[in-house]
Amino acid sequence: MTRQQTAPASQRPHPAIARLKRQRRNKQRGLIAIALLFAFFVMGLPVLAIFARAFQEGLGIYWANIIHPETLHAIGLTVLTALIVLPINLVFGICAAWAITRYTFPGRRALITIIELPFSISPIVAGLCYLLIYGATGLVGEWLDTYDIQLMFNLIGIILVSLFVTCPFVARELIPLMEIKGRDEEEAALTLGANGWQTFRYITLPNIKWALLYGTILANARVMGEFGAVSVVSGNIRGETMTLPLQVQLLYDDYNATGAFAAATVLTLIALLTLIARSVIESAHPHHH
Amino acid sequence: MTLHVNDISKSYSNNPVLDQVQLTIEPGEFIALLGPSGSGKTTLLRIIAGLQFADSGSLWFDQIDMTAMQARERQFGMVFQNYALFEHMSVADNVAFGLKMRSGKTRPSKKEIAKRVTNLLEMAEISHLADRFPSQLSGGQRQRVALTRALAIEPRLLLLDEPFSALDTKVRKGLRKSLRDLQRNVGIAAILVTHDQEEALEMADRIAVMNDGRIEQFDTATNLLRNPATPFVADFLEGLSNYMTEGAGI
Repeated sequence: MTRQQTAPASQRPHPAIARLKRQRRNKQRGLIAIALLFAFFVMGLPVLAIFARAFQEGLGIYWANIIHPETLHAIGLTVLTALIVLPINLVFGICAAWAITRYTFPGRRALITIIELPFSISPIVAGLCYLLIYGATGLVGEWLDTYDIQLMFNLIGIILVSLFVTCPFVARELIPLMEIKGRDEEEAALTLGANGWQTFRYITLPNIKWALLYGTILANARVMGEFGAVSVVSGNIRGETMTLPLQVQLLYDDYNATGAFAAATVLTLIALLTLIARSVIESAHPHHH
Repeated sequence: MTLHVNDISKSYSNNPVLDQVQLTIEPGEFIALLGPSGSGKTTLLRIIAGLQFADSGSLWFDQIDMTAMQARERQFGMVFQNYALFEHMSVADNVAFGLKMRSGKTRPSKKEIAKRVTNLLEMAEISHLADRFPSQLSGGQRQRVALTRALAIEPRLLLLDEPFSALDTKVRKGLRKSLRDLQRNVGIAAILVTHDQEEALEMADRIAVMNDGRIEQFDTATNLLRNPATPFVADFLEGLSNYMTEGAGI
């Protein structure tokens, strides 16, 4: 930000001021150049490379790779996982945010901390923990195994770890917002004769809807892109439990680089859409972030 | 339509906030709960509203025990300290809210609701604000909307939680009279919570002076000033004796 200082016309600018301004300008240019170069080499170029490599052998080959049954199945499984995980997350996020901001109870602080845990724990560790507990020889898994219920190495396992890694997103968006808003409007609604559901539907929800959408979009990007945790519990069964990121890895290991990059473009497009949706929401409702 | 507050006690984790409070409010009467902050007046108002519940004691209104009745069933209109207007709704929608939330049989038709909202806005002299949103209103206008919204549910009692504290001094004085006039026109009893002695003296028929969770004295302004029952009352109203006769502000 340069601030032009207007001096009376009769006065000449002090020579030291001119030097100062020049230095400032150089500093600015330097910082901008560093930021742009960094962004280009670290983020821009690799993303462009994905598309360049995927289309290298022509559009026909690219398309053939996309519609390969295994890749299509991976896309389908990824979307299915998101469709199941996100609504559960939404409900949990609202419940958790409501409990934390509207009630005081023993364990409230612990709940705030534990909601954030998936952000700080490595996903692969999370996957292993799930295997330990819900796997066939695990605490819960062994007991369920006697009823012929298997939780790991199938869709259920993928959903469980996806829930774990995305658990914080919605609640995290809602908690600060609901804290600031307070409960005044909700109490006003109650005194006006609204019941609990009406209060939520007509007062709380309109106030949090953008934060809710924002959190869901972030969670969606995470569900669809998750590799580590899912790879531990999915069992990596070809054409069955391969989500899109796992499929990319599989194709690459099979020396099918074009196929791997073609699948990767799908993930990248999802990421770009997320980014666009995010900035649309932010520009429409800038107060959230 | 008399409200009886019988021996209401309430404490937060062993800290007593209200200690056997007794109060009777006659139909049409304007009562002030006056006291310093922390004296329990807001808690008492919230218990009367049904937003909080007493540990012991009972609340009777119109010969019905409503101690455990939910806020939404009490049909008491409440004006909150910061007005708690629904920021995402227009003024007209704010006022219509209580009527729209009514269940099946008791809910008026859309046409009827619109008509009643128009009448209410007219009565409160804020018809021109109908399509505005709360963020576009001044403090005084917000207070008007909050009051109109509370009156829309045809309340049986009006509860006012420091309704002037969010306004600056100049606006405050002008609005006291207009609020009192509106309450008289509607003809329902009202309870005003305030820490402002002058406000209580000017507006209320009777004043309950509260201290440390108890009502020290409940009487008319004149009697409070002439015969303070406790040293606290005398102290708290000190310097105001001239106010009644001369009408001068502090």
